[in-house]
Amino acid sequence: MSHARTARRVLAAALSVSALVALAACSSGATPSASTSGSASTSTDWTTKGPINYVQGKDTSGYVQKIIDKWNAANADQKVTLIELSDNADQQRQSMINNAQTKGGSNYDVLSVDVVWTAEFAANSMLAELPKDQLNLDGYLPAAVDASTYFGKLYAMPSTSDGALLYYRKDLLDAAGITNPPTTWEEMVTDCKAVQEKNSGIGCYGGQFQKYEGLTCNIAEWINSAGGQFLDASGKPQVNNEAAMAGVNALVGYFKDGTILKEELTWQEEQSRQAFQDGKIVFLRNWPYVYSLASKTDGSSKVAGKFAIAPIPGLTGPGVSTLGGHNMGISEFSKNKGTALEFIKWWNSEENQKANLIQTSNAPTVVSLYSDPELTKKFPYLTTLYSSIEKAQARPKVVKYGDATLAIQDAAYAAITYGATGQGTDPKAAFDALQTKLTTLIG
Amino acid sequence: MTSATATAPKKQARVSAAELAVLNKPTRDWKWWLGKIGTVAGMGFIVVYCILPFYWMVISAFRLPTMGQSTDFWPNPASLENFQAVFSPVNNFGRSLLNSAIVSISTTVLTLLFGIIAAYALARLRFWAKGLVLSIIIGCSMFPGITLLVPLLKMFSGYYDWFPNWMNTYQALIVPSLSFGLPLCVWNLTAFFRQLPVELEQAAMVDGCTPGQAFRIIILPLAAPGVFTTAILTFIAVWNEFLIAYTFNQDKDMKTATVAMAQFTGSLGFNTPYGSIMAAGVLLTIPLLIMVLFFQRRIVAGLTAGGVK
Amino acid sequence: MAPIAAVAAPKRRKNMLSDGQGTLAAILLSPTMLVILVVVGIPIIMSVREAFFAIPSGVDANGRVFTEEQFVGFANFTDIFASTDMVNAVWGPMNRLVNSFLNTTFFTVVCVIIETILGVAMALIMARAFKGRGLVRASILVPWAIPTIVSAMMWKLIFDSAGVMNKILGQTVLWLGDGPQSQWAVIIADVWKTAPFIGLLTLAGLQTIPSDVYEAAKVDGANAWQQFTRITLPMVKPALVVAVLFRTLDTLRMFDLPFGMIGPSKYSVETMSMFSYQEARNLRYGPAAAYAIILFLYLVLIAFLFVSLLGADVVGDEELKAVSAQRKRAKAAAKAAGHSSTPTRTTITSGESPT
Repeated sequence: MSHARTARRVLAAALSVSALVALAACSSGATPSASTSGSASTSTDWTTKGPINYVQGKDTSGYVQKIIDKWNAANADQKVTLIELSDNADQQRQSMINNAQTKGGSNYDVLSVDVVWTAEFAANSMLAELPKDQLNLDGYLPAAVDASTYFGKLYAMPSTSDGALLYYRKDLLDAAGITNPPTTWEEMVTDCKAVQEKNSGIGCYGGQFQKYEGLTCNIAEWINSAGGQFLDASGKPQVNNEAAMAGVNALVGYFKDGTILKEELTWQEEQSRQAFQDGKIVFLRNWPYVYSLASKTDGSSKVAGKFAIAPIPGLTGPGVSTLGGHNMGISEFSKNKGTALEFIKWWNSEENQKANLIQTSNAPTVVSLYSDPELTKKFPYLTTLYSSIEKAQARPKVVKYGDATLAIQDAAYAAITYGATGQGTDPKAAFDALQTKLTTLIG
Repeated sequence: MTSATATAPKKQARVSAAELAVLNKPTRDWKWWLGKIGTVAGMGFIVVYCILPFYWMVISAFRLPTMGQSTDFWPNPASLENFQAVFSPVNNFGRSLLNSAIVSISTTVLTLLFGIIAAYALARLRFWAKGLVLSIIIGCSMFPGITLLVPLLKMFSGYYDWFPNWMNTYQALIVPSLSFGLPLCVWNLTAFFRQLPVELEQAAMVDGCTPGQAFRIIILPLAAPGVFTTAILTFIAVWNEFLIAYTFNQDKDMKTATVAMAQFTGSLGFNTPYGSIMAAGVLLTIPLLIMVLFFQRRIVAGLTAGGVK
Repeated sequence: MAPIAAVAAPKRRKNMLSDGQGTLAAILLSPTMLVILVVVGIPIIMSVREAFFAIPSGVDANGRVFTEEQFVGFANFTDIFASTDMVNAVWGPMNRLVNSFLNTTFFTVVCVIIETILGVAMALIMARAFKGRGLVRASILVPWAIPTIVSAMMWKLIFDSAGVMNKILGQTVLWLGDGPQSQWAVIIADVWKTAPFIGLLTLAGLQTIPSDVYEAAKVDGANAWQQFTRITLPMVKPALVVAVLFRTLDTLRMFDLPFGMIGPSKYSVETMSMFSYQEARNLRYGPAAAYAIILFLYLVLIAFLFVSLLGADVVGDEELKAVSAQRKRAKAAAKAAGHSSTPTRTTITSGESPT
């Protein structure tokens, strides 16, 4: 009796398990098929109006909601709701991807997209192709517009930008009798030596060489500033040719001779800023955000009033910055694309970008704002920043950007570790391997 | 023992008592002193070892926000600004603490509810495949979180038609957390119920109680210390949880405190406000510390329930 | 078969407390089992399925990616050995999964050994102390109570290249970089958090040893080391083995600490959990599931070794032990009687264990 019962239960259990497997197998067939391929653009209806959601990272300034309130006051029937994601970039990306996978349940309409995600999101059919004829992008930074396009189609509107600046100790350079900031690496090293004669123990140059996204930005700058092209005109990687290796070898050499400190292998933006503010280095490559913090006079910065800014140096002349910033795209799944389109046009107008810069210090994508007298007075670095952003190069536009940037970091970190400690990998070997890997990834 | 040392010389006048004292006194040669000094030094080492890193966190929290990475051994000047910054609207930390509390308390209550009845069944009832059930429940605590997390992420993010979208909801954290709370609870309480003699219930039932009443009136109050210990351990485990919360609840308003604290950024996006991070860490830890110090005997008993009997 | 059933049947007697309550047990256990089914059962089945699927890489003519998963058999597993895509961290150039496997194993072996030695030493010290034991016990719970992610951020600040650790050492060690020193940063932080925990569990074991055992050993002329190896260790072994087993399983699954302190995709500290997670974040669910399953099997193997070699008594269930002992006896008896047997239904309930 008992055995019969046991057998029945085992059978029931086995059946239910196999039912579950079958269920799982079925659902895989219903995986959202990406491709409404290509046809998306032709069928997109840009007239539907109604309430929409705008999605971005955490509103750290508290200003974003105020702009949205302004829009809502004027468009009561097309209200915009702000959805704030994490303040962590990787999590923002993950949330957007997860939301797009929700079949029919996606509630994201307008997305604030980091410049390096545009390709991935477009390729995964998360962003709608925008009608170029309805958007006038004259007067916007060409590099930022380029970063919004994928396979020749426009997927986003540039909203903020970012570029690298060289912060330098004007007081120390003056004392050493140097009047102009360096434009080449060689000049920079000569200046350092002059400064170090009077201030022994001070380091020369600070950058971001920890293994993370910032390293990708930095190494791209060293390659592009040496006359190399991280990606050539046709989008193919050129990271191991002579010009590129000139930049890499210069960087590795500076690690070897101590121009760049060994501990910079663990520096991100903050550690390098801290070192500069503590007076430990003469030159610092960093983003514009450092300017206000290093100018603080509450005792946290020892260099307040003692530093100035310049474009980053290069091999034979001024260097080439890496482009940062965010673009605004419209979700493929948005039901009110008409409102969404009007909203991003309005948001990124010259007037709004100006207000945004004043409130949040986010650099604009509208070129004319960089020479606006009111702004240049409030943000003394703006003119220099423009000369940096004007020539800035985007990071590779790769669908699997996560893999590409990790490969770049692998090669760069191995090479600079080799310079700093003798371990790691020979730079040429590391970048040969990178070239192979990027070629497969970019395809 | 120390009082004996102090009084011994005074009693030297009375010979017999002195002899007695010498006889009673443990031998205090250099070995004894070495051991004594070693013990004190060892205890000092343990205390310093355990407290020092925590001390660093606390003093870093009390520095000026702009001096987060200072290496002074004393905050100079001391400041509460970091704690104010933690609760500034930008960081939204109050909400995160609330989320943590909601998730931890709900999980604890549900774990106890499910765990007590399951443990009672395992401890008192006779049924088919008991060993298998117990093994499955305990086996669950051995699963690497990551094995479950990837499919759960697909499930909860609305990828499948047969499961609702649970991203950024409390249940997305509570239900998976149950899977590591329950094994601990069932295991601890099963052991606990078993220690209680079955005659207690039998007596109650002779007096006319149903098995359910016998359980509620007799067993549950007796098992209260075990239940309480389990509750504390579950609460701590869920309060400290990071990976599940990090994966499923990413929206600003739905983050738990552990995730929020790991991600503080300043208003400029790049700056890492170590001061506020440490202040948040201190705030996150303090409720646990109070709990742990207050209930330390119970907790140690609970932790050792399986191993030492 | 029939004779045994006949023998077994009369042994069953009506018992209000323990008899015929399978239905009640099913009801009482159903919430727990339902939770386990939803958050463990179904995901495991899906994980196993997922491990045999992958999305083809590359894009179509419009630059769109493929999203249809394809059955790839064991490719997600075999690619580990076929791949030419190497990472070079501490162990030389090798596949990223193998590298993370070595890291995981290295962390587990080193951390658990150090934690056990330090923990036992702490317990011995605490057992000798009379004054101030409360203070020590309280302070020992501090590292354990701090959430792992909080302690990761705390150690990150301490291990900063300009941080206090380097200030004390007077050297610039790049703890937060990517190299052997980063591994030791993780080990130090992990040992800090968990050695006291092992110490606490061992202390509880020590306190169950009656002092007259030591007195007797002293009388027999045993020295301190002999007392430790012949009395203390064997007596605390059951407690210690279970504590070490749990620590081992925990360390094999380590995620928060290296992730929060050193960061993702740092090959020198990347554990299997971290790598699997990273693959899932890059939308490669198939390989992610495959790696998670490998980790799971590894855990099962280690747990099995612990239970069979060191005799870790994880379940700790007297009744089940009694049942299996009875089964063995019945089997032996049946064998002796000259015919094969099936396990008999047992009548043992708690409170009446067989002697």
